Amino acid sequence: MAQSSKMLQVKQDATEAFLADRAVPTGAAWANDARADALGRLREMGLPHGRDEYWKFTKPDSLVHADAPKAAVFQYDEAPLWADVESLKIVFVDGVFDADASDDFALEGLEIERLADVAGKDIHWVKDLYGVLETRGQDAVQRPLAAVNTALATDGVFIHVTGKVSKPVNLVYLHKSDTSDAILHHCIKLDEGAEMTLLETGPAAARFNKLLEVDVADTAKFNHVRVQGRDHERRAVTGCFARLGSESAFKSFTLTMNGVLTRNECVIELTGDDAIAHVAGACVGDGKDFHHDDTVFITHDAVNCESRQVFKKVLRNGATGVFQGKILVKKDAQKTDGYQISQSLLLDDDSQFLAKPELEIYADDVICSHGSTTGAIDEDAMFYLRSRGVPEAEATDLLVLAFLAEALEEIEDETLAEGILERLEGWLARRAS
Amino acid sequence: MLWEHNKMLEIKDLHVKLEEEDKQILKGVNLTVEPGKVHAIMGPNGSGKSTLSYVLSGKGGYEVTGGSASLDGDELLDMEAEERAAAGLFLAFQYPVEIPGVGNMTFLRTAVNAQRKARGEEEMSAGEFLKVIRAKAKTLKIDADMLKRPVNVGFSGGEKKRNEILQMAMLEPKMCILDETDSGLDVDAMKLVSEGVNALRDEGRGFLVITHYQRLLDHIKPDVVHIMADGRIVKTGGPELALEVENNGYADILAEVA
Ligand SMILES: Nc1ncnc2c1ncn2[C@@H]1O[C@H](COP(=O)(O)OP(=O)(O)O)[C@@H](O)[C@H]1O
Ligand SMILES: [Mg+2]
Repeated sequence: MAQSSKMLQVKQDATEAFLADRAVPTGAAWANDARADALGRLREMGLPHGRDEYWKFTKPDSLVHADAPKAAVFQYDEAPLWADVESLKIVFVDGVFDADASDDFALEGLEIERLADVAGKDIHWVKDLYGVLETRGQDAVQRPLAAVNTALATDGVFIHVTGKVSKPVNLVYLHKSDTSDAILHHCIKLDEGAEMTLLETGPAAARFNKLLEVDVADTAKFNHVRVQGRDHERRAVTGCFARLGSESAFKSFTLTMNGVLTRNECVIELTGDDAIAHVAGACVGDGKDFHHDDTVFITHDAVNCESRQVFKKVLRNGATGVFQGKILVKKDAQKTDGYQISQSLLLDDDSQFLAKPELEIYADDVICSHGSTTGAIDEDAMFYLRSRGVPEAEATDLLVLAFLAEALEEIEDETLAEGILERLEGWLARRAS
Repeated sequence: MLWEHNKMLEIKDLHVKLEEEDKQILKGVNLTVEPGKVHAIMGPNGSGKSTLSYVLSGKGGYEVTGGSASLDGDELLDMEAEERAAAGLFLAFQYPVEIPGVGNMTFLRTAVNAQRKARGEEEMSAGEFLKVIRAKAKTLKIDADMLKRPVNVGFSGGEKKRNEILQMAMLEPKMCILDETDSGLDVDAMKLVSEGVNALRDEGRGFLVITHYQRLLDHIKPDVVHIMADGRIVKTGGPELALEVENNGYADILAEVA
């Protein structure tokens, strides 16, 4: 971890350059405090640098540059995703809330407010959450871009879930400007026994920094399904910081297709006994500009909890996939059941997968397993299929979907899973392009 | 069924070596299977029987250094594996492959419709397919669960072989090659599999049954029996040749042709 003072100076200089033309928003005391605190932390640690151990596989340059690199807006040629799923839609265009396109924030079992409105209120529940989980998540590893988010975000939604919600809240991120540099910060607080599903879809912006803080109280259940947009040139760095109470459940699935650079960090703390955390991702990448990074850090700090990480990547035409996943089991977290698998299927020799799976275990009565593999299409399976008359291209599609199956199975809702499958089939069909 | 030639499968002086190694495996195989006939190939381990079946069905890793093979008059060796299948060739694998994540039913429907599409025929609807496969699965004692599970994953040896026969029944090939379909089968399973094969016997369909044992040939009665050794057919005869092997082993025959 030792870093030369010269290196730190370089990072701090970059940070000042990044901040030079940006104003820290002001509001009520709690918001000002949280932002000032984040800004202080950011200035102290500096923005990420390619020499940082945590950024060894993913070059942060384009994420920390003062201006967002241009990203052409992609013309979609597909039917809308989950068209038949009833949801409460909240639309952001290049990171700016679009009231006309959004539904009313009225849904039984939860209360939704915007950061832009709440930041001026002196008393609000979110003061105990905004930036709080993000700060905790900086304990073991520095996450400067998350601090950037807490310091600078001017919008996002705060959702207080008090009951079992009947339909998902759907955050739709549209991308319409090829120079947009968007920051959104959402906080979700689930009371005891509450349940909700959060959907997130879309490319969001030319460059997108998004943070999600989720506080899941005892016996509450949080479900999350996300599809990151197809825009080839977009960049995104996202962070999800979650804290789980006893017997609570957190399940998150992400599909990523295209985009030049995506880094999805997920930091979960299991703080109550018997809690469950599942994080899964399917990523399909095409072309040498494609770079996708899943970075996960799960801390077991309670008894008899289960965590599961399932990440699958299909890479072709020189695409790069990265996985950094850690399970930390603290001394008293007995009976921990931790599972982690990260696999890539390389459809050609030019594509690459870089993985760093880690276990750090201080309790003695635990079951933890991790595995990471990189492979090509299984030749025996391929011949078997072709010998039955299935052409090579179609056989490849079948085997790709089979490879992704374990990750897709993490999506509980069948309709949502079908939508994801259709998107993948679309990607496979575009093989020739 | 109509067929254009009285040679369903014709193999002429086939020479095959491994692509990666300088190792000749087939050293001039000659064999003709007529429509409606069952030919058996017996022979010691390593004589090249599986290699012959793989080369005919288009598996990679082999290099044909001489000779030819045709299916119902069409040159086989120039076709892709899937084209050979659509043309009517079927290989029941000695070691059926497990494909995690692909449901058995999805696999079969994809195969049936891919072949139909290749032949310019109409694809089978989901409903029709279901009806047909249920009936055929039932006679092979393949239950709904086996149809739903991933291809061959967790199947017993016998289940895998019955699954091969189910695929054959669904695909209705012109020429069936069975590579040691009897290995790993108990008496009951052998009976089921043989019944499945016999149900497909038809005046237009050819069979090439590769086996070590007479016992399979008690159930699937061959018209012609070939003995293969060291990459060649060394002897051809009637069903009595299989009995001779059963009683005396290969030693006598090999000594006789040496
Ligand atoms: N892919 C391969 N690599 C190396 N040797 C092979 C390969 N395929 C076949 N052989 C060799 O070729 C010979 C014939 O094998 P095979 O066709 O499996 O015989 P059989 O089915 O009659 O037992 C054996 O010596 C076997 O070891
Ligand atoms: Mg063999």
